[in-house]
Amino acid sequence: MKQMVIANHLAGGFVVFLGPDDRWCRWIGDGRVLEDPAEAEAALATAKRQEAENIVVEPTLIEVTIDDTGLPRPVEIREAIRAFGPTVGGGSGASASSGVGGHR
Amino acid sequence: MYRYDEFDHRLVAERIAQFRRQVKRRLAGEITEDQFKPLRLKNGVYLQLHAYMLRVNVPYGTLSSRQLRKFAHVARTYDRGFGHFTTRQNIQYHWIRLEQVPDILEELASVEITTIQSSGNCVRNITSDQYAGVARDELADPRVYCELLRQYSVLHPEFSYLPRKFKIAVTGSPNDRAAVAVHDIGLRMHRNAAGEIGFEVLVGGGLGRTPYIAHTIRDWVAPEDLLAYVESILRIYNIYGRRDNIHKARIKIIVNQLGIDRYRELVEEDFAASKITSRPELPQEEIDRIAAYFAPPPYEPLEDIEDELDALAASDARFARWLRHNVAPHKQPGYAIVNVTLKAPGAVPGDITAEQMDALADIADEYSFGELRVNHRQNLVLPYVRQRDLHTVWKKLDALVLATPNLNLLSDVISCPGLDYCALANARSIPVAQDISARFVDVDRLAAIGPLTINVSGCMNACGHHHVGNIGILGVDKRGKEFFQLTLGGSSDQNASLGDRLGPGLAQEDVPDAIEAIVDRYLELREEGERFLDTYRRVGIEPFKEAVYGTGEERAIA
Repeated sequence: MKQMVIANHLAGGFVVFLGPDDRWCRWIGDGRVLEDPAEAEAALATAKRQEAENIVVEPTLIEVTIDDTGLPRPVEIREAIRAFGPTVGGGSGASASSGVGGHR
Repeated sequence: MYRYDEFDHRLVAERIAQFRRQVKRRLAGEITEDQFKPLRLKNGVYLQLHAYMLRVNVPYGTLSSRQLRKFAHVARTYDRGFGHFTTRQNIQYHWIRLEQVPDILEELASVEITTIQSSGNCVRNITSDQYAGVARDELADPRVYCELLRQYSVLHPEFSYLPRKFKIAVTGSPNDRAAVAVHDIGLRMHRNAAGEIGFEVLVGGGLGRTPYIAHTIRDWVAPEDLLAYVESILRIYNIYGRRDNIHKARIKIIVNQLGIDRYRELVEEDFAASKITSRPELPQEEIDRIAAYFAPPPYEPLEDIEDELDALAASDARFARWLRHNVAPHKQPGYAIVNVTLKAPGAVPGDITAEQMDALADIADEYSFGELRVNHRQNLVLPYVRQRDLHTVWKKLDALVLATPNLNLLSDVISCPGLDYCALANARSIPVAQDISARFVDVDRLAAIGPLTINVSGCMNACGHHHVGNIGILGVDKRGKEFFQLTLGGSSDQNASLGDRLGPGLAQEDVPDAIEAIVDRYLELREEGERFLDTYRRVGIEPFKEAVYGTGEERAIA
């Protein structure tokens, strides 16, 4: 099972993924895909330390698959929406270009 | 409308300064998320899926053009250029940075708007009739009592840590546009035999996972006793309400567990005792003082111009439709109430851009004494438009895509933000609302169908009030897939009722077809003069079940 660590940035609130060198990235494609459970637990422990250091809020492990283009895609709809944004436009009602379209 | 006095200004300024320090301490790591969360919630700040969300109170739905312009400014400067009006007459911003919230609160305070108690276990924004002060059927302006209750309940030490959130709604009209029967406390103004105005008090209504229609706890409470009686209801709730289980903590649970008679006994006992101990008094002078803020605007002495409007309507079918559906009669001759629907085909219900807000504020200044209203159906209202300006106002609204003639018709769908934004949601409600409004675009067909409310919620917390939609739609998660359960027969008016579940959940793409099937069956069955709700109440659920899922036999085979 492939996993990633997702969280919200404390000051900005935006969604972030744990990336290489234990830094946080805003684009899921830059995040680290964790192949084995031990690696995932270690990454989560790192993330929780960063939560204690007031960088992020509520880091969690999520399951992902890799699509044809090599991009990680969260398995759960909720996490896919967090990763790619709302599936609807704001304000004008126009459709957004979220990458979650496949779930509709 | 109400204007802050020196005490209001000071209280809000001190509160913002306090929250600024709390945010600073949180960002510096001096307090943990667990410690900070209840503090931010008391200031309307949630952490949602993509960002922080800020919920801003619009007290009892009354808004000045100046305040709307500030909402536009906040949307443009601190968010992504839009805001979302909610079923509680508030506005929410979905893309907020925590570090900027204290600045936003200062901006809002400059136009006498706050986020205090827009969340947390306290008395929330007190909601009311969007036609308050202008409705023909109104006994008195309910906003006077909303404001008195607001001042009384804001930061009230006894009621700052209730078992759970607490929602109060007030109507001054027998035709309930404020959904009072599904609130923790609903106040319904009426006259006694002596012709005096007082309140029927309802308690224990609510939606969510355990929906209830409220019970009448007292048929008559005189205005001078209103605060004291509400205080007694809150006090008994504070003592008996459950704090061990968040799902059983609302007042509706304890009212229905104890029974309304026992709850009434406890409240009456406390109410009687408060006469001797301490009772918040509401002298007539104080009622009059607050009422003065809600004095009518300087109307011009005008006559109704029905003939002229009929002539204009006869020459312009689009204007005629808008006039018929979106304009309501006004108590003042020569004036009209204009409803501004935020429900264009395919639009996100309740969403409005900063540009639309600014333009609407200009229209309000020119044609509605600078005032607007927000209703619980996620639409806006221009309350004081001269009938002779209706055609001009329509053209201006039409240019802003704010004149869809569908008020209270099938495509005027209510929807919570759902899984596209909300951390609690199980399913996406907005796309369902969009699919429906995009499917039912023929305004003549909508008019032929007649009044029919559709409410969509993305989870059982029911922010979209699906239980009281004539057709309710509830999003559920079944093994990682979104499904939608339909209910029929709900209503939030003076004859409030909860919808009955139609059958198994449907996939999102099947919902518009199901709505079509229900509507077609209704049109076959309806009798002269019936609305959808009337027909449903007469014939029951079975014909509609059959229309959507087939006959009993077909269902058994499936």
